[in-house]
Amino acid sequence: MHKRVLVVGGGIAGIQASLDLAEMGVEVFLLEKGPSIGGRMAQLDKTFPTNDCAMCILSPKLVEAAAHPNIKIIANAELKSLDGEIPNFRAKILKKPRYIDEEKCTGCAICMSKCPVKIPDEYNKGLSKTKCMRIPFPQAVPALPIMDRESCIYHQRGKCRICEKFCEADAIDFDQKEESIDVEVGSVIFASGSEEFDAAIKDEYGYKTFPNVLTSIEFERILSASGPTEGHITRPSDGKEPRRIAFIQCVGSRDMQMGNEYCSSVCCMQAVKDSVIVKEHLPGVEATIFFMDIRAFGKDFDKFVNRAKDDYHTRFIRARISAVEIDPATENLIIQYNSEAGSLIEENFDLVVLSVGLLSTAGIRKMAARFDIEINACGFARTSSFTPMTASRPGIFIAGTFSGPKDIPETVMQASGAASAAASLLTELPIRELREELPQEFDLRGEQIRTGVFVCRCGINIAATVDVPGVVEYASALQGVVHSQEFIFACAQDSQKLIGEKIKELKLNRVIVSACTPRTHELLFQKTLSSSGLNPYLFEFVNIREQCSWVHQKEQEKATEKAKDLVRMAATKAGLLEPLSRMSLKVNKGALIIGGGVAGMVASLELSTQGYEVFLVEKESELGGNLRHVHYTLEGEKTDRFLKSLIAKVKKDDNIQLYIDSEIREIMGYVGNFHTKIGNGKQTTNNKPRELEHGVVIVATGGEEYQPSEYLYGRDERIITQRELEERLTKQQSAIDKLGSIVMIQCVGSRNGQYPYCSRVCCSQAIKNALKLKEINPEVNVYMLYRDIRTYGLKELYYKKAREKGVIFIRYEEGEEPQIEAQNSKSEQQASNGEVLVKAYDPILQRNLVINADLVVLSSAIRARKENKILSQMLKVPLNADGFFLEAHVKLRPVDFATDGIFVCGLAHYPKDVSETICQAKAASARAVTILRKDEIEAEGRVSQIRKERCSGCGLCIEICPYTAIELEEGERVAIVNEALCKGCGACAASCRSAAIDLKGFKDEQILAALSVV
Amino acid sequence: MMDKNFEPRIVAFLCNWCSYAGADLAGVSRIQYPTNVRIIRLPCSGRINPLYIVKALQNGVDGVLVSGCHPGDCHYISGNLVAGRKFALLKNFLVHLGIEPERVQFSWVSASEGPRFAQIVKKVVNEVKEIGPIEKMVKRL
Ligand code: FES
Repeated sequence: MHKRVLVVGGGIAGIQASLDLAEMGVEVFLLEKGPSIGGRMAQLDKTFPTNDCAMCILSPKLVEAAAHPNIKIIANAELKSLDGEIPNFRAKILKKPRYIDEEKCTGCAICMSKCPVKIPDEYNKGLSKTKCMRIPFPQAVPALPIMDRESCIYHQRGKCRICEKFCEADAIDFDQKEESIDVEVGSVIFASGSEEFDAAIKDEYGYKTFPNVLTSIEFERILSASGPTEGHITRPSDGKEPRRIAFIQCVGSRDMQMGNEYCSSVCCMQAVKDSVIVKEHLPGVEATIFFMDIRAFGKDFDKFVNRAKDDYHTRFIRARISAVEIDPATENLIIQYNSEAGSLIEENFDLVVLSVGLLSTAGIRKMAARFDIEINACGFARTSSFTPMTASRPGIFIAGTFSGPKDIPETVMQASGAASAAASLLTELPIRELREELPQEFDLRGEQIRTGVFVCRCGINIAATVDVPGVVEYASALQGVVHSQEFIFACAQDSQKLIGEKIKELKLNRVIVSACTPRTHELLFQKTLSSSGLNPYLFEFVNIREQCSWVHQKEQEKATEKAKDLVRMAATKAGLLEPLSRMSLKVNKGALIIGGGVAGMVASLELSTQGYEVFLVEKESELGGNLRHVHYTLEGEKTDRFLKSLIAKVKKDDNIQLYIDSEIREIMGYVGNFHTKIGNGKQTTNNKPRELEHGVVIVATGGEEYQPSEYLYGRDERIITQRELEERLTKQQSAIDKLGSIVMIQCVGSRNGQYPYCSRVCCSQAIKNALKLKEINPEVNVYMLYRDIRTYGLKELYYKKAREKGVIFIRYEEGEEPQIEAQNSKSEQQASNGEVLVKAYDPILQRNLVINADLVVLSSAIRARKENKILSQMLKVPLNADGFFLEAHVKLRPVDFATDGIFVCGLAHYPKDVSETICQAKAASARAVTILRKDEIEAEGRVSQIRKERCSGCGLCIEICPYTAIELEEGERVAIVNEALCKGCGACAASCRSAAIDLKGFKDEQILAALSVV
Repeated sequence: MMDKNFEPRIVAFLCNWCSYAGADLAGVSRIQYPTNVRIIRLPCSGRINPLYIVKALQNGVDGVLVSGCHPGDCHYISGNLVAGRKFALLKNFLVHLGIEPERVQFSWVSASEGPRFAQIVKKVVNEVKEIGPIEKMVKRL
């Protein structure tokens, strides 16, 4: 048997894990209990903090999963039992009837249009109606209808069968029965997700009794162009546009009464995002968020919150709302709250959105018990900080919110990490290599130009600004165009299918898609071309979203004009496109990992286990990185022991070549074929080769603690950082015993004008150390001066514990930072009266406080390393404004760079805790293996081409080419291009004095053609 | 004299890796800028043959914006430097032909500089508006 894994749950976690496994050569059974994969992400309108349309970025993944020869999607099915152990699990799956013969059905949806029975649409949270026979949503995968037996007239009353009459494929099967499927797999990933809190339980908010109270996910559907109101924001009671909207945070989260003490992690940013989107739709609207702490702890989240405040005028009010009342005359909602100053305020809103939490239900707990998966006190799958994707039952791994609330990128990282962990168990088994059979390409010689133009509405993302039908009509009259049409979502699976059909039916030989950006979607459409027998380079992408509708939202006419111009330019260029072929390149099986901290070591071990050679380069003389300064986790696990064993494993691993005290001098090459020069630091450790060949690079260079310049740090020894406190707490507890009062100051060097980001881990670190202080001496007074406590997810339990233990939390505002005065510095201190005075303003007591502190502990920021700049230039990968490495996509490609073959993990990407670092490191290795395991990959097809007859052999191109891809042909005085080395930058072509060089895909004549019709 | 209603036509050549991504980011961030620009995506600023710029002007385009990665950041190592050298020469050449050099502008925009991209577009559009429609060199039938 070959490698096989069962993935339970078809949300983004299950999809990502499946795709990575499939690319690693593992056969995957992807089980989904609903009729389509996609999960909760498919119901979101946009994603924070970039406001990318959720479906637009998810849909390509759905299509990819459906098309991958290594993935078998089993939807509308349930796992019944799971016996056995590694690598012989036996799973029994029950597939429920769809009442459709999946083999015969073409997904034409005529049954849906003819079905006379309307039922509430689950995809739209019941806010609209769909048919009893329906395709769950336009981008659904599998793109097949499903019948709701309970409401089917034929099934209930024995009459109707209208769908059957109209189905030309004869695919309706009223008698379909459940089907039992047995699969044998080596390991299993549970990505079964969580549920939303049922807001009706908290009846004080009036959900389900007051029509204008919605949950956050219902509101997402209302915002969505494919939602019940087609993106038109109206309130349910009267269909009017709301003018005042309130968001109430933490509904069912951080709530002891409800038994959910944890924080749901995602709702703050979701509400902030929705407040921004709502304002974009309805400029007159006023959005108010009632919150306890704004938990904007992720990459670029705080910047987004600032934008919401400054540019979109979202009101943020810190108050816990106890009830929502209704004004029966208007059906408006009345909210009373205590201002921080203590006065009671009453406000009137047209619409209230409840930010409901994510939780584990009785059903989820039962399922976990059935499959022997231990859960924790909050009902989520139990994992540890050091094995964040490993379930209690051997051979089973966890991804996504089944192990606790988390955001999409964390989910994706854990999913890729779980894929790596699952594959590592199966190294003994052979891989399953399935080559996609592509049809023979059409021969275009002598054919006339026949262009098809497909214009995407992208829901309303494009259509709200650009007159899409107008563009379609305009395109139809352009030269060479024989077909033009629009799509609601061009990236949906049925749209791909349709493009394929049109290519065949109309013998299209050029395809233009006018939609979003080629940077994310070009590949998808090129694949569609290939699988329809058309060379993928006979394709032009026109960007009318990012570079048109989104940046000209108020200028509909001019934006439409621009879209037409762009389509015309593309059509003119398209006529001159030629089919291109790609060369295949050998892949070197080695990996270079830069940075010997936890991230780098975990990634190294993971790759080594899977049989690849690793070069691990560490600039210091010791492995361990930042974790050397962390001694225990918030959850109480000992990091020292973990780190020690990790280092030992790395050192004795034969597949890992260790380069200590070394740094990278130069990295050349490209995916599959990198050459790196390593320079020595102070000491020469060995005589290993200093020039390496490898196929991938993982950047794991870590971050560093900010050395504060504020709060007298460095000038008074009673002022220390959390890291220094932790050191003392572990090594010299006696010095701590005697202290009477300790003040911790949060956000030192974070969330300010120059460094507007949150360092994510400091709140938890401070609480961890505060608890330790209280454990050593319960009498000690610990004050924490904070701006927002950001103990996201299950970390919230420790915040609560700290409050119970008597840690005093005092909030301060930006601009009103605490002041510090050292009475007399310790060195010249005579008596015990030497104290540090900390002055702060308490917004609740509304007065200034002075605290006498024996010790002041600064929670100082995590900074990006300065060396990142040099490395980013060597690798040609970007950094963000704060100096952290910038991944290819913040949501769905959190460990990849836009440049193939280079990955990132750990603090180099953004501050994160040890378990998140381990997740990301494993994710990076999973992504790396998808390349390393191949013997060959395809090179770029858009490469330089030399017309021999024009070349004078002057050699200028040889000088210019940064990849030494050009040389003079021996004997003859003409230049030749090595296509394997050429990266297609075109510098040679632009510089050739004899116009002998051209760049395929971006030829002079093609660009000039586009220019001629600007 | 400046015609208030003159809406210049501007072509922007952007490299795929930084500037085009920066323009995408402006979109993702919903930063609004004038509609005058038509973007042509190229792999790298080094791909831009000065001929393209001259041809564009000949075709009646009022202004050209060329943008690549910041020095040192070019995805192809040195393409933007190759480009920089060519443009210095081209500028002189344009002056020689009597074309206002402000019609052709070069800039660096990285993948994380959405706001900067929008700002540059605004600047170019305003400056070209100021100069007025192109007349020199334009082939008219
Ligand atoms: S890739 Fe941006 S200038 Fe070369």
